[in-house]
Amino acid sequence: MTYLADVAALTRKDLRVELRGRDTLPAMLLFVLSTLVVFHFAIPDDAGESAAYGLLWVAIVFTALLGLARAWVPEQEHGVLDGLVLAPCDRSAIWLGKTLATLAFLLAAQAVALPVFVLFFEPLDATALAGVLLADIGICAVGSLMSAMAAAARAREVLLPLLVLPLAIPLVVGGVGAAVSADGERFLLFLLLYDAVFAVLSWASFEYVVTE
Amino acid sequence: MGLALVLALIVAPEDADQGISQRIFYIHVPIALTAYFCFGLGAVKALLLLWRGDERYDLESYVAIHQGTIFGALTLITGAIWAKASWGVWWTWSSNQLVLFLVLFLFYCAYFMLRYSLEDGPRRARSSAVYALFGVALIPVSFLAIRLAEDFIHPTVFTRDGPQMSGTMFATFVVSWGAVTLLAYVLYRVELAGKRLDADLRELREALQ
Amino acid sequence: MIRGRDVEKRYGRKRVLRGVDIAVPRGGFAVVTGANGSGKTTLLRLLAGLALPTRGDLVVDVDRSQIGYLAHEPLVYRELTAMENLDLFGRLYRVPERRERIGMLLERFTLWEVRNERVSTYSRGMTQRLALCRALLHDPDLLVLDEPYSALDEDGAAVLDAELEGLAGKHTVVLATHDPDRVAQLQTARLALA
Repeated sequence: MTYLADVAALTRKDLRVELRGRDTLPAMLLFVLSTLVVFHFAIPDDAGESAAYGLLWVAIVFTALLGLARAWVPEQEHGVLDGLVLAPCDRSAIWLGKTLATLAFLLAAQAVALPVFVLFFEPLDATALAGVLLADIGICAVGSLMSAMAAAARAREVLLPLLVLPLAIPLVVGGVGAAVSADGERFLLFLLLYDAVFAVLSWASFEYVVTE
Repeated sequence: MGLALVLALIVAPEDADQGISQRIFYIHVPIALTAYFCFGLGAVKALLLLWRGDERYDLESYVAIHQGTIFGALTLITGAIWAKASWGVWWTWSSNQLVLFLVLFLFYCAYFMLRYSLEDGPRRARSSAVYALFGVALIPVSFLAIRLAEDFIHPTVFTRDGPQMSGTMFATFVVSWGAVTLLAYVLYRVELAGKRLDADLRELREALQ
Repeated sequence: MIRGRDVEKRYGRKRVLRGVDIAVPRGGFAVVTGANGSGKTTLLRLLAGLALPTRGDLVVDVDRSQIGYLAHEPLVYRELTAMENLDLFGRLYRVPERRERIGMLLERFTLWEVRNERVSTYSRGMTQRLALCRALLHDPDLLVLDEPYSALDEDGAAVLDAELEGLAGKHTVVLATHDPDRVAQLQTARLALA
């Protein structure tokens, strides 16, 4: 139970830091809205409705990357990550707290972006939205870990997308499929599988990434 | 081993009625299988690194993945040649294996970017190991995704003939596979030895300073 | 409590520590000196458990919940207040009677007045004092302090003197400093890094 209390404390901390700093969420919001507008001009008229869903997912992935790139910045100022790693709590709790907070930001940005998408482009049904949620979980889970890896590296802004994009490909397939396909449930199950596999993998391996 | 490879190429003409595309098959598929195997080996070494904490595994994992990536690139190239020979195009999205390899190739190229961006040390070894594990998890998941994607990415009418293999064909295939695997193994040992020598030399130089 | 023999630490090609021997008994007060770049910080990181030696043996016979570490960096969140920072670390370190302990430390280091201001508004001295609070929060058996006196003004330094005096003998302290005379009476061992 203390594990969950730790996670809650850490997530709360992240939300608080973002509320005070207001760096990440506004940027994500603005980015995703601008991207949607760009897409309006980028899609030719006769491209068909499916193209819009594909582009939605491109927008989501890159918005998530924006948020993920900044995810560990508060821990890097003043070297706080060392302080967290030294604490007796489970290191995976640090990952989980961060993932939940990043997920919250992504969902918040989408709460605005998705209605706008429906307004500009195509409708979204329940399966599509479920796909968005499941894919969000996947990308935040994997992205938090990769972001922590990249944080220690040179050229981290470039490195993070390189690390995340191949892993995001199945998520895009799942998300677009859920929106477009007649048999959307299959894609939701697939996304569930992805989340299960990669969330557990990320949860278990975070310890090794932040310690020596 | 190179000898065995040439043998495979010469034996193959015995079934020349199949055409060039079939001959490429004898090389393309073993190379692909070897690539998978290398990635798997890299992941095993990575797991050992994280579990046992012995840094020797870092180099072994790295070299295995390096080999895997080289063979992966070769898979894509031979795959392109095969596609050209069979269907007249250099690339097709309908070949699931090819698409899978493209995704994996991107993933493992990012592996090297990761290693290049981090400083040598336990941090880099562990991060690389974790990434290698993600790689093997990605293989089945990606494959599933690509299968599912056929649903809405309209596949072209090209069908891929899974060759029914007769006796001699099968024998040729096995010889070729053995040859490629042996080649990979030799390259692995050579590169590993070379890298270890580099590391030892460096240590010696520093100890003398 | 701490036993190290022939400890070496390398980062890539760079060898930062070489052939270091260290022995600190329980309750000891070790002072580490050395020029900038001599590896003081690296050694302290090894003792705190943030890094492992590349070679040699190092045994720090204490659980990480009992280690208090003060680094060059303050290890506190800029956008949170002193209270929020200490509350978070208090939770993570399972400090009993968290509120009281936080209040006591903040008062001792004269941060009580600014406890609800964000760390980004603090002076360097205040941030350092908060970092000390964080290191001492869970009353650790082992204190690893990397140049704690830097950035402190006279008042702050006096509080730290008193604090260290109270801890000496009962807790184990390893302290790196440019000013060893300050703690000369308390020290039981000296380690000079080349």
